[in-house]
Amino acid sequence: MQRRYSLKALAAVATLAGLSALPAHAQDTIKVGILHSLSGTMAISETVLKDTVLMAIDEINAKGGVLGKKLEPVVVDPASNWPLFAEKTKQLLGQDKVSVIFGCWTSVSRKSVLPVVEEMNGLLFYPVQYEGEELSKNVFYTGAAPNQQAIPAVDYLMSKDGGSAKRWVLLGTDYVYPRTTNKILRAYLKSKGVKDSDIDEKYTPFGHSDYQTIVADIKKFSQGGKTAVVSTINGDSNVPFYKELGNAGLKAKDVPVVAFSVGEEELRGVDTKPLVGHLAAWNYFQSIKSPANTEFIKKWSDYAKAKGIAGHKDKPLTNDPMEATYIGINMWKQAVEKAKSTDVDKVIAAMAGQTFKAPSGIVSKMDEKNHHLHKSVFIGEIKADGQFNVVWKTPGPVKAKPWSPYIEGNDKKKDEPDGKSKL
Amino acid sequence: MPAARQSRFRGIPGLGSRMFRGPLLFQTPPACAMLSSIFSRLIACLLLCAAVQAHALTAEAARAMASGDTDERIAALQQAIATPDDATLAFIRAMGEDAVKIAGDKAIVMKDDKGYDPVSGAEVPVPDDAEDIVNNNRMRGEFDAALASLQLLSPDVAQRRTAIDALREETDEARLPLIEKALAAEKDVALQARLEAIRARILLAGSDASQRLKAAQYLATSGNPGTRTVLLEQLRNEQDPQVKAAIQAALTAVEGRLQWGEKLAALFTGISLGSILLLVALGLAITYGLMGVINMAHGELMMIGAYATYVMQGVFQRYFPGAFDWYLVAAVPVAFMASALMGAVLERSVIRFLYGRPLETLLATWGISLMLQQLVRTVFGAQNVGVENPAWMSGGVQLMDNLQLPWNRVIIVAFALAVLAGVAFLISKTRLGLFVRGVTQNRPIASCMGVNTARVDTYAFALGSGIAGLAGCALSQVGNVGPDLGQSYIVDSFMVVVLGGVGQLAGTVYAALGLGVLNKFLEGWTGAVLAKIAVLVFIIIFIQKRPQGIFAVKGRTAD
Repeated sequence: MQRRYSLKALAAVATLAGLSALPAHAQDTIKVGILHSLSGTMAISETVLKDTVLMAIDEINAKGGVLGKKLEPVVVDPASNWPLFAEKTKQLLGQDKVSVIFGCWTSVSRKSVLPVVEEMNGLLFYPVQYEGEELSKNVFYTGAAPNQQAIPAVDYLMSKDGGSAKRWVLLGTDYVYPRTTNKILRAYLKSKGVKDSDIDEKYTPFGHSDYQTIVADIKKFSQGGKTAVVSTINGDSNVPFYKELGNAGLKAKDVPVVAFSVGEEELRGVDTKPLVGHLAAWNYFQSIKSPANTEFIKKWSDYAKAKGIAGHKDKPLTNDPMEATYIGINMWKQAVEKAKSTDVDKVIAAMAGQTFKAPSGIVSKMDEKNHHLHKSVFIGEIKADGQFNVVWKTPGPVKAKPWSPYIEGNDKKKDEPDGKSKL
Repeated sequence: MPAARQSRFRGIPGLGSRMFRGPLLFQTPPACAMLSSIFSRLIACLLLCAAVQAHALTAEAARAMASGDTDERIAALQQAIATPDDATLAFIRAMGEDAVKIAGDKAIVMKDDKGYDPVSGAEVPVPDDAEDIVNNNRMRGEFDAALASLQLLSPDVAQRRTAIDALREETDEARLPLIEKALAAEKDVALQARLEAIRARILLAGSDASQRLKAAQYLATSGNPGTRTVLLEQLRNEQDPQVKAAIQAALTAVEGRLQWGEKLAALFTGISLGSILLLVALGLAITYGLMGVINMAHGELMMIGAYATYVMQGVFQRYFPGAFDWYLVAAVPVAFMASALMGAVLERSVIRFLYGRPLETLLATWGISLMLQQLVRTVFGAQNVGVENPAWMSGGVQLMDNLQLPWNRVIIVAFALAVLAGVAFLISKTRLGLFVRGVTQNRPIASCMGVNTARVDTYAFALGSGIAGLAGCALSQVGNVGPDLGQSYIVDSFMVVVLGGVGQLAGTVYAALGLGVLNKFLEGWTGAVLAKIAVLVFIIIFIQKRPQGIFAVKGRTAD
């Protein structure tokens, strides 16, 4: 139903776009593609990113747009269907001629879009933490690479304040991001002298909802010494997992769980009281105190109220991928202004070294070469109200290493995408 | 830090070493035991006297405990609990509950949005820039342990019990004198045994080899999973071969004892999954099993039940906050009625025109399922909604040291059995049940007998849908409540009904419990991903060999 409805809407949008494609008119706006699932399993996480882009576009337009032109959003719904992501990208770049695309959440969807943006020389901003092992000149990664999230989190758990963990359960959903992250973590833990017998790697299918056995196994494993759990469980499986954890009496001070995909939004549907003290590693938390963040939260609450966004209009929440999306679109705007053009190659060149005052309280910088942001890493503990208490952070921004040194053969890879034109 | 810890016994030099002789634990001659018992009581009195002249909590001490480097805070905490007064106790408790703010260099205790001075207890204004204190897990553990050690000598048995529970995992040698003291004062036999276990665990890591040996021998009688942890830890560090052998023996004994709990826990998880499968399949056993409607919207009827539960939660939150814990009881009939009504509407408006045309029914109900999902998305949003467990369903019951059954699972097992009993009664013993059986077995004859078959169809379909609603109500307590809730259970429910044998309630029960236990057994062995695949493969093979399911309907009724 949803799909048909959105198809119709799309058709309408396409027709309208076709009608308005008169030469004089087309010059007036710059088109921005938004490629986030608005239906299907990932809608839970991605819908809010669409709204973040729309909010930023409204904000930019209110200040006069970019290069004197207004931004015009083109929203499509790839419906959590990985091949559809590629099709929609083709449509955005070929038919709608958008200057830039903001989109994707899962690594599968990004991998599906990648060949299309490379072939058609488009520009994609990807706002979610991911497993690295990828660099494309057509993509800017505004989420964290493994060394900006996973490795600092493990370091913290090994420290005295984090509980001096000796044994590790690496628990994840069964797909590319958790598998790769855990491969990196295993190699990293080994380099720190952790034995293979002290690492337990476990996977569950997408949408798994019965975590009894897993939690019982964790309990048993933790009898062998101080244990920490690194969770890369994605999507709404987190709710039953944390519920089970609370009911089984596994307390954070005995077995802390650090999650890489659990933020404010994911905890909305969970009773957080039994979870107090469990951890998450991100580059942004809503609870961070900085003037930029106060402003960001206020903008979002006002926007959510004005547009009546379900859930957010009563209880506005911000999270890390929203922040990354917001940084992305603002940096793109600055780059377009610097390049004085929306030409993809010129914008890519202008992106290098762009800075933006991020809501996380730092000045975020796009690396001159590797298309990733320099980011601070925060470890937050879950509070009873579903927010996070920052208990640890890196002294300053960390440069991303998309090619993790803990995967064999990566030392020879270049920290810069191939094929960038020298402008 | 060690200096701070010793300071707790300031003024009584050598206390620790004297206490080491311990009164009750190891077989000491009775006279000696009595002597040392008297002696330790004397010391307890002395300590109490020391406690009377406690240092009052100061503003600096409060600030030092509330903010700064974790190591320094712990040192300040140790210092404060060496000579505690009531204000210190209250302050530590407030910090443990995150109810303390820091403004400048002053700590403020928060209660009902008002600030109080931790030292004087007077109300103080809370500045706008006051920040919550930050407790990490280590700090929180220290607060709990500090509170526990202060309560260990409380005259109230219940308080002592909680304190001993909190110190159960303790292995810090600095706490040994305190444990010894509590042990000497303890009258309750059960608590004595627990204190002795704690003492033995601390001694196991101690420096005296003979004590370690005795501790290992004592711990061999324990069935506590934490004991396994300390034994393993010590086994790695132990140098003395004799002690090592004793630890090894103790470990084997403890592990043997733990195995029982683990096996029972695995069985329970299987039964629990089975009960959920039973709930989700029971409604389908009626609509598909008895009536032959391939109802792809069955999952969505569960979703409606779950959302009905969510709505009831909201109603109770708003109108009866005092009785919030009982919203779930009220939600059960509401969920049933909501889904049953929806089922009746579906049957009247769509399905009754499609009887005997399974393919069309399949397509139509699938379309309906999409419509229902979209309806819920429009009304409640695409996000999952939060359904809280009532307080009486949170936590669990500790049956053995390593066997804790979560209340929500236990209650769902009981609920599934109750629903099953209700359905069995309804189908086999009531007039409606008789009509349903009659109509499904032979429609024309039933009609000739004067049964209003159309109405019976509606009732039966509504009943099956209502049971789906009950399943949704139960699922809201263990999983996600969102528009996609039904999708994840529809395959499972068809699996159970087909495996059990279409048209058979008993078959559904066996199939649900069997699949649950099999799935959990495989999961423990191969991991969740492979277990799911293995179960599907098993069902495919089983259905090929025995297409009629576990129980076939015998006789002429089978068509």
